[in-house]
Amino acid sequence: MLAEILQTLPQVLVDGLALGAIYAVIALGYTMVYGILELINFAHGEIFMTGAFIGVAMLILMTGLGWLAAMPAILALILVLVVTSILTGFMGVGIERMAYRPLRNSPKLITLISAIGVSFLLQDLVRFITEYKRGNYILTGPSMFNEQFAIKFSSISSSFSDAFFKTSTLILIISVVIMMVGLDFFVNKTKWGMAMRAVAQDRETASLMSINVNKVISLTFFIGSALGGATGVLFAVQYGTIDPYIGFILGLKAFTAAVLGGIGNIRGAMAGGIMLGLLEMFAAANLQLLTGGIFGAEYKDVFAFAILIIVLIFKPEGLFGKAVTEKV
Amino acid sequence: MSILQLKDVNTFYGGIHALKGISISVEKGEIVTLIGSNGAGKSTTLKTISGQVMPKTGSVIYEGKDISKQPAHLTAQTGIAHVPEGRRIFPRLTVKENLEMGAFIVKDKRIVKERMEKVFQYFPRLQERLSQKGGTMSGGEQQMLAIGRALMSKPRLLLLDEPSMGLAPVIVEQIFDIISDLNKEGMTILLVEQNAYQALQVAHRGYVIQTGEIVMAGQGQELITNEQVREAYLA
Ligand SMILES: Nc1ncnc2c1ncn2[C@@H]1O[C@H](COP(=O)(O)OP(=O)(O)OP(=O)(O)O)[C@@H](O)[C@H]1O
Ligand SMILES: [Mg+2]
Repeated sequence: MLAEILQTLPQVLVDGLALGAIYAVIALGYTMVYGILELINFAHGEIFMTGAFIGVAMLILMTGLGWLAAMPAILALILVLVVTSILTGFMGVGIERMAYRPLRNSPKLITLISAIGVSFLLQDLVRFITEYKRGNYILTGPSMFNEQFAIKFSSISSSFSDAFFKTSTLILIISVVIMMVGLDFFVNKTKWGMAMRAVAQDRETASLMSINVNKVISLTFFIGSALGGATGVLFAVQYGTIDPYIGFILGLKAFTAAVLGGIGNIRGAMAGGIMLGLLEMFAAANLQLLTGGIFGAEYKDVFAFAILIIVLIFKPEGLFGKAVTEKV
Repeated sequence: MSILQLKDVNTFYGGIHALKGISISVEKGEIVTLIGSNGAGKSTTLKTISGQVMPKTGSVIYEGKDISKQPAHLTAQTGIAHVPEGRRIFPRLTVKENLEMGAFIVKDKRIVKERMEKVFQYFPRLQERLSQKGGTMSGGEQQMLAIGRALMSKPRLLLLDEPSMGLAPVIVEQIFDIISDLNKEGMTILLVEQNAYQALQVAHRGYVIQTGEIVMAGQGQELITNEQVREAYLA
């Protein structure tokens, strides 16, 4: 049995890393907002989804205009990523302004309901527009970056099979690494990043330091939503087909990843996302084998979540928790 | 002209009438103390000044301008630094970052550095702890950091909310010495304290607040010897 698990391990790693990278960036959005407002921004999964639709719509439009053929594909993708993230960034800011800020002083549960409302609204809006324009709410983008590569794990040891990946997987992973390193730098090394951390730790006192708390909250939503939207585009390019409901389950899993890493902790969210992606792909590849055929790959989520629950039972604050115990 | 004047200020928390027509003034260069027991409205007075809560009626005049409806982050920019009750250090920022937060609006890094050097003259201990997380410091160190952080904005008016709270007598002594030193160098200070004796010792003038109302006012020494004050706050 071990031999068979080892055989598929390289492919599990590649696929798990790709999926985990997506979870990780979305988890960042949840964790940043939670860190600052103690709010589970349920609509964040839908921002990711909207980003995917905006990206694919742009790519389809650009194909129609003949631009996609006229410029290097990577340049087109970068353009789409930038435009999409700016749009979803402002969308996040708008959602906070209209749906959350007026409820800032009401119980958290009320704001949560508002967030769920925004989720449904976005799902239906995207569905309506897509159906109206295309007659179908399932959308397939132009095929890009589909070249296959093999990493010759078999040449390292015959107990491994080769792992295959597409150019898009490489682009996905590189982009995610850039986003994560960029965000980490911003939050830990810049003045506005420091303001974000200060507001997350003590909003009232931050305002005594001349910090416009509302501005920092807007900035947080902008960054989280921009990254989420860009990830939507990368998701669409990687997996091809999207529908208005991809944000729900993916968002739920990314949120779980954020909890796993320690909600509010940015590096934790990154690690939690990658871990969840790897677990899920491992389960998909090996569950049948491990359970003697009782459970198939379709139970991968149960397996992944069972592991998460076990981790959280022993470490309820998440793997990375909060860095310091506080003296009051 | 007073640097700060509160005129008939009424502040509410929902239905709770916390300040009932407070009028006080602080002259440039003074230490004024506001003493009173738990729940009297001391912190609320400072919060009303710094803009953390808005008064329902009445005015807060700072350097001739009514700031009663001004949000906290703007008031902080105009030279009022508020050291809140319980110090409120950012626990997961380092000491250095906490200090930098105090000078958030200062763009020039050199000026930030200069001010930090000045803070170290008052609190050499902070310099040794620059990379320590704020939340892991001792109570006394945190109070020093909170005052240091406020000084980083180079305020013209310093609001201190119970700086001696929960500290050992030796440290309390140090803190009051520094308050006194700061004042000698020209800082105007409004000091809220439950430690009435020491507060009245360093202050030029004092007010006594009781359930949201000013019930007495006078020179520091005058209040120390006052029978009622002695009974209620110095016993
Ligand atoms: N956020 C709040 N919500 C509701 N009521 C409040 C709030 N903050 C203060 N109060 C009430 O307002 C009154 C004045 O409180 P305040 O904190 O100003 O007292 P204080 O003089 O600073 O007391 P202490 O010495 O205990 O710090 C109290 O009755 C208090 O219960
Ligand atoms: Mg108080």
